[in-house]
Amino acid sequence: MEAFTSQISILEISYILASVLFVLGLKKLSHPDTARSGNLWAAGGMFLAILFTILFHKKEGASIGNIPWIIAALVLGSAVGWFAAKKVKMTAMPQMVSLFNGMGGACAALISMMEFPHIPADLISRNGMLNGEAITIMMGMMIGSVSFSGSMIAFGKLDEKLGDIKSKVLRYINLGFLLLLLALLTVILIQPQSPPMWWIYVFALLALLYGITFVMPIGGADMPVVISLLNSFTGVAAAFGGFLYNNQAMLTGGILVGSSGTILTILMCKAMNRSLLNVIIGGFGGSSSMASGPTDRTVKEVTLSDAAILLNYSQKVLIVPGYGLAVAQAQHLCHELDTLLGARGVEVKYGIHPVAGRMPGHMNVLLAEADVPYEKLLEMEDANKEMQNTDTVIIVGANDVVNPAAEDDPSSPIYGMPVIKVWEAKNSIVMKRSMAKGYAAIENSLFYHPKNRMLFGDAKTSLQKLVGEIKNLS
Amino acid sequence: MEDSLKFFFDNREAIFIIILSIFLGIEVISHVPSVLHTPLMSGANAIHGVVIIGAIIVMGHADNLLAMILGFIAVVLGTLNVVGGFVVTDRMLEMFRKKKSKK
Repeated sequence: MEAFTSQISILEISYILASVLFVLGLKKLSHPDTARSGNLWAAGGMFLAILFTILFHKKEGASIGNIPWIIAALVLGSAVGWFAAKKVKMTAMPQMVSLFNGMGGACAALISMMEFPHIPADLISRNGMLNGEAITIMMGMMIGSVSFSGSMIAFGKLDEKLGDIKSKVLRYINLGFLLLLLALLTVILIQPQSPPMWWIYVFALLALLYGITFVMPIGGADMPVVISLLNSFTGVAAAFGGFLYNNQAMLTGGILVGSSGTILTILMCKAMNRSLLNVIIGGFGGSSSMASGPTDRTVKEVTLSDAAILLNYSQKVLIVPGYGLAVAQAQHLCHELDTLLGARGVEVKYGIHPVAGRMPGHMNVLLAEADVPYEKLLEMEDANKEMQNTDTVIIVGANDVVNPAAEDDPSSPIYGMPVIKVWEAKNSIVMKRSMAKGYAAIENSLFYHPKNRMLFGDAKTSLQKLVGEIKNLS
Repeated sequence: MEDSLKFFFDNREAIFIIILSIFLGIEVISHVPSVLHTPLMSGANAIHGVVIIGAIIVMGHADNLLAMILGFIAVVLGTLNVVGGFVVTDRMLEMFRKKKSKK
């Protein structure tokens, strides 16, 4: 604890203000009307905390030095961060969040690594390495490193630079790394003297490897949950930093994100009707349920002109978008289709599954980008209520979220997951590139449903042609 | 035993803050509509960029070249997290706003 000076006092006041702004910011972020200002409030709190730290922070009486370099680093980071965030496409948002999260984790790990040699000697001589400061540093390093490498793998997977490796062996390797990591942690902490620095480097390396093998076997569809989890990890790592420096802003900020991130992760899992443990160790079961159902099922295709006529003479149309829509960048065309039909007196709504896309809420963000009015977006429950009165459902690039197996096939890995019951509508059209399976890698019996027709092709091209066909109808 | 009790005593304020903050975080988040999950996650992601304060402190007291270099990297990474996080969140939320004002 530093002795009282007015500067320290001002610094602490700024930290209290920053913490309050973080809390209010998060609170406002959870309501659509206030979300944007909430984000700005939190950013303001952050600015305050950074500025006052540079101006007034004291460590054993010494002010912050190297200020020109610190400012250079701040400017460099801001410029790159600003540019990257402005340039990124809306569809690439999830991986961007993952990338930024990894940066925070790496930052926390680096801080711990630099603070390790500075553990006070009298603390070590009294208790050996088993002291609060060493534990805090080691935990910060471990969690920060895991969050960094894990986020990088999640980024690679979402950006489709990395495929899924579904091997059982990797799971054992993963467990092996975890055990090694914990063993080394124990060994370091029971040393009577400070161990050589290379032990620490090995420890950090093991943590990085664990992060990689932790995320590697988890399927691409589960990445949102993983990012949310790693997000709360980084929060905890930041909080360990706050504990180390007795810094209230870091402590509250870190813990807030740690706990709210955990809740958010659980909410996401609930939307998929799965437990967190199941996401981490289970993964989807692959092709296990293929055997169920007859093999001689037929798929009915629909031509563009038939689809156009069907839509034109429907009274109520529901569009169910999925990640395929985002990949094809077809959200604007979707909106064009809906205004075109709307002008012809067709009532068009969107049915949004909570986990459609790659992050919960991702679809809403994309459709908002295309200026689709808010009131046209129906949440899953409301969409299902209106389903029986709906004439035609168009499924654009969605698969698992409309799979009837979730309702009627107990052997299916997604059994019990809430889905949009498109098969209850009078007609459904699935727009899809091929019969390939979705992210959960399971068969979709909807494709063989008597009321369903397939429109093969890239979502964007198909929608374009469909819009053209409907224009020609009059 | 006495050591751990002393540890608790020395850090009692921090432990208070941690426990209360955990409940606060849960309370603040629990009623969020699924529409806002992505922006919220992104916003929370920017907030844990507060770790940058630690990086500034480390760099502000760095006394050798290695510490300077690592500190510089840490500050850059932390800033990326903060600035990138807030800007991305703002971009997401901007779209919600635009459509609201149009109707």
